[in-house]
Amino acid sequence: MTGAELIIHAFKQEGVQAIFGYPGGAVIDIFDCLYNSDIPFYLTRHEQGAIHAADGYARSSGKAGICLATSGPGATNLATGLATAHMDSIPIVAITGQVATHLIGNDAFQEADVCGVTRSITKHNYLVKNIEDLAKILKSAFYIAQTGRPGPVLVDIPKDIQQAKTRSTYPDSVEIRSYKPTIKGNKRQIKKAASLIEQSKQPVIFAGGGVVSSGANQELETLAKKIQAPVTTTLMGLGTFPETSDQALKMLGMHGTAYANYAMQQADLIIAVGVRFDDRVTGKVEQFAPNAQIVHIDIDPTTIRKNVQVAVPVVGDVKYVLREINKLLSEQKHKTWMKQILQWKNDHPLSYANIGKIQPQYVIEQIAELTDHNAIVATEVGQNQMWTAQYYNFKKPRAFLTSGGLGTMGYGFPAAIGAQVANPDRMVIDIAGDGSIQMNIQELATAVIYNLPVKIIILNNGALGMVRQWQAIFYKRRFSSICLRRNPNCPPNCKQTEDDCPTYVPDFVALAQAYGAAGFRITEPDEVQSTLKKALETPGPVVVDVIIDKEENVYPMVPSGAPIDEMIRGMA
Amino acid sequence: MRHIINIEVENQAGVLARISGLFSARGFNIESLSVSHVDTKTSNMTMVVRGDDWVIEQINKQLNKLIDVIRVTDITTSGRDYVNRELVLAKVHCPSSKRGDITNLVDIFRAKVVDISNHSVTLELTGSEKKINAFLETLKPFGIKDLARTGSIAMIREFHDKTLSNHV
Ligand SMILES: Cc1ncc(C[n+]2csc(CCOP(=O)(O)OP(=O)(O)O)c2C)c(N)n1
Repeated sequence: MTGAELIIHAFKQEGVQAIFGYPGGAVIDIFDCLYNSDIPFYLTRHEQGAIHAADGYARSSGKAGICLATSGPGATNLATGLATAHMDSIPIVAITGQVATHLIGNDAFQEADVCGVTRSITKHNYLVKNIEDLAKILKSAFYIAQTGRPGPVLVDIPKDIQQAKTRSTYPDSVEIRSYKPTIKGNKRQIKKAASLIEQSKQPVIFAGGGVVSSGANQELETLAKKIQAPVTTTLMGLGTFPETSDQALKMLGMHGTAYANYAMQQADLIIAVGVRFDDRVTGKVEQFAPNAQIVHIDIDPTTIRKNVQVAVPVVGDVKYVLREINKLLSEQKHKTWMKQILQWKNDHPLSYANIGKIQPQYVIEQIAELTDHNAIVATEVGQNQMWTAQYYNFKKPRAFLTSGGLGTMGYGFPAAIGAQVANPDRMVIDIAGDGSIQMNIQELATAVIYNLPVKIIILNNGALGMVRQWQAIFYKRRFSSICLRRNPNCPPNCKQTEDDCPTYVPDFVALAQAYGAAGFRITEPDEVQSTLKKALETPGPVVVDVIIDKEENVYPMVPSGAPIDEMIRGMA
Repeated sequence: MRHIINIEVENQAGVLARISGLFSARGFNIESLSVSHVDTKTSNMTMVVRGDDWVIEQINKQLNKLIDVIRVTDITTSGRDYVNRELVLAKVHCPSSKRGDITNLVDIFRAKVVDISNHSVTLELTGSEKKINAFLETLKPFGIKDLARTGSIAMIREFHDKTLSNHV
């Protein structure tokens, strides 16, 4: 077998059912093998599209996403997608071509030190220098990507290694002496955690992406029921607990619900499951959950005590540990606490004003209703992302695909494409901003050509809305480079109060049609429901350009660096 | 506090870059680092770092998280006695008239003369960081022309019982 054949053989052995990528000189041998392979290959229109698609495939299916790109520019185009997956712990195996071994270090054509570039944005990476190592390295890549705290692994394979012959076979398993993730939590720690939980009067369960990765949402629900505790989730944890439940506090943190933030600040115990206490969640960390002891369950020991002090750390797989804890716990009732929670939920619901323009929150609510809270929803980054997180009300995990840690604009649409490949029978929607969607709009070609019926709903506020929001609130409406209509003839200090602005480019409806997708535009509030319905029922890829109120901001908002119960509720 | 950390790693290309990259990315400071391979598969690194308990705990965990790291031992907090050595080469200004003074110092510190010319001598000394600092202090008045110093390497002593261990 040649190295290239071995790579395809490895994919087969791993049960790979989709590869996303882009060809080039340094991977031409691999593509030659793909020519008569039956593994479906998706040719995106940009390598960044390919890696985000692999990511969306992985997030929505739980299986590793596969991505293939050439050396140099092909590989560097993967960087943003690798960093995105790394921050959110998403399993990806990325294969890149490299110049031939004897040329490495010579500044050869299309050479880049890809292992050097991607070292800090992958879970691990390999440069294959000897054909005899290839099989073991590929097996290790799949193993490392999908075990422990998952993440992207990149394998950089020189062209001569792809061409070299080997007799080595693809191993069934691999043993890496320096990599042994802890699955079973320490028994004593688990006992301590259970006893703290039983002593608590005001517990809050705080769940994150780790619950999704380990598939522990059942165990989480069992815990919540058993101890009658409210559950809040991070952005990455949305869907691990049904948001329609009475016990759901929805998302916490900077744009979380007021009641989730109040509950955290009043809790006497926080049961943190698969979270990393990111600064968008804790706000001012010194004043975070001042009355609470923290039980922290996570598979990655580095997350523990990184940002907050922890009373009982349990290192292990969340599903395993929750199961053990649930076994030890007796039924708990927290009537007064739950009454307080419901009171907060009643007093401070998420809300928005209805002022005769199209409010983005209303659009999300309509999408949620039309899809019965059951679609796979990707988002871009910015206000569109936060409104989706706040208003969709997810019921299941692996249904919300968003770049949480890195906040990558341009992520949503290609991720939706990957998710549609993994879930051909489900409705897949990308809720986009008019800025972000333009970062990977070229993938409309991919969606149309492979007939992947992703529905893109653009919340078009004519601006880089989230940056505009910060400028409106914290920078005295000095709107610097956020207007996507602005041209050189506009007045220098536009405060964006008038509406006689230059025409928006591009015309998204015409653009969709140019690619062979369907296009709709919604300009009036009373058209929202009917046009969305029509759009979602239209076969094939669809773009809906929804012209929303550009002044609408995301609230509540905890200013960066403030404690999380000091929220801005809205602007007068 | 100053910690001496021993790191056993896979002897693989790029391991050093992974470790130094980790330190720069997370803003930890390395005071000294010494690396060598132990056998064809394993390398050993001794690292001296400074930091409060939080920093040291993170360093420890983050190092362990690297796939190529086999074992991390914080020698300073291991609670066990250890040997800690550094090696220094110092080229000292030395006209023949001063040779006697310098060889005296060499004897006192149990250093070695490894090279000699009309105007200089090159001295070699191994010892703890403290001993080496003291040695260099005493050489300063003569004029140090060139200096090369390894980082610390360290190893836990075999016996807990201090009376048994042989402090050489
Ligand atoms: C690649 C990238 N560049 C810049 C940013 C900074 N940024 C965060 S939100 C945002 C505005 C996004 O605008 P849009 O996509 O129109 O979404 P909206 O906030 O209006 O919903 C920007 C520029 C980013 N997150 N990602």
